Amino acid sequence: MKGVAVLLALVVVVAGAALAWALSEPRPRYSAEEWRSLGFAGDPAAGRLVFYAGGCDSCHKSQRQDDPLKLGGGLELKTPFGSFFPPNISPDPVDGIGAWRPVDVANALLSGVSPRGTHFYPAFPYASYQRMTPKDAADLAAFLRSLPGVKSKTPRNALAFPFSIRRALGLWKLLYFDNAGLRPDPSQSEQWNRGRYLVEGPGHCGECHTPRGFLGEMELKHALAGAPLPDGHGKAANLRGGDFLNWTEADIVEALTSGFTPAGDVLGAGMTAVVRNLAELPESDRMAIAVYLKSLPPLGPAAR
Amino acid sequence: MKRSLAVILALACGVTAVLADTDPIAERRALMKHDGEAAKTLFGMAKGKIPFDLATVKESLKTLDEGATKSAALFPDNSKTGGGTAALPAIWENKADFDARFAQFVKDVQAAQAGITDEATFKQFAPAVFKNCGGCHELYKAKSG
Repeated sequence: MKGVAVLLALVVVVAGAALAWALSEPRPRYSAEEWRSLGFAGDPAAGRLVFYAGGCDSCHKSQRQDDPLKLGGGLELKTPFGSFFPPNISPDPVDGIGAWRPVDVANALLSGVSPRGTHFYPAFPYASYQRMTPKDAADLAAFLRSLPGVKSKTPRNALAFPFSIRRALGLWKLLYFDNAGLRPDPSQSEQWNRGRYLVEGPGHCGECHTPRGFLGEMELKHALAGAPLPDGHGKAANLRGGDFLNWTEADIVEALTSGFTPAGDVLGAGMTAVVRNLAELPESDRMAIAVYLKSLPPLGPAAR
Repeated sequence: MKRSLAVILALACGVTAVLADTDPIAERRALMKHDGEAAKTLFGMAKGKIPFDLATVKESLKTLDEGATKSAALFPDNSKTGGGTAALPAIWENKADFDARFAQFVKDVQAAQAGITDEATFKQFAPAVFKNCGGCHELYKAKSG
């Protein structure tokens, strides 16, 4: 009798583990054939703008130098889960991503899955990048390929258990990653839709400005309403309340171009690099961002 | 007797400390606030939002000069936290770089003071002054909501 109970328990455990394994399977958005059928040639000049909209260099730039196009990685991103070290994404075939095909870049950005078929941690902001169009992903891949290769290996992530179990990210994705992309809202203007695309997609503003829940997921009911920064120093501003409500669209464009705020302060910390990148975009893009942000219903920050 | 003496002594020390040691956090924040107002004026002029006026430029640069010259000394080791400061610990981890940036700021402001005589020279010198703001805030100032 006892033997039967043990056997049953064992079956339950094994079945549970098998189910968790099956549910956590990495699912890249495109197979090589599907990607090929889309027929993107990849335009590096257009990809350059995607690069600056996405701010890739903010995390992947080689450390202790200023060239945003040397992408040897090595920054330490300190979070409550441990330290992440964004990798080398230069085209070096050994240390970087020179061996990746465009479909690999697309699957990394749009579904957080590596070419080896493993999950990326969402410190790589694919929860936002998934809203990018596949064409932007293809153009970005072409631009990255045109950059200089950098020889440098980055440290391995140093994460606390159980966050160190990479496969478990599949379960996190089931809970928090809809992989739904972004559909334009036909009731809004083209400019508004462009702004929303930049803010919610490549610009990944919510990764800092939206508060995070227990497992690091963005709390979308407080989207862009401000949040403490993960390194514990200061907070990202509420873009739907407080002083920001007094900013005009022109103020936002100015701040995203030169860094100067209406109060005469200059945007600091992580925003300095964001401004440097967004300043590379055409002014119409910064205006679209302003139009979208000003259209959001006012909201106070999340109660803590 | 002994105890009350100790209390008096402690109080006296405390009072002396307060009197002798002005609050560097409050002081540097006030200077930065003035810097911000001056920078706002200069920036508005550079952008053509405020009409160019040489006297205002000179006055604003004088404010920046004062802020830049005085502020560098207002980051002693005992002023890392408190008082609503947005100063990051990185300041004290890279003190040499931090001080060098202030020295550069002073240099650029003083070059502008000496070189600006009209609107054309203002447009020529202003960008080098503005560049200092972001350069330092990126590394050494926490974001504030």
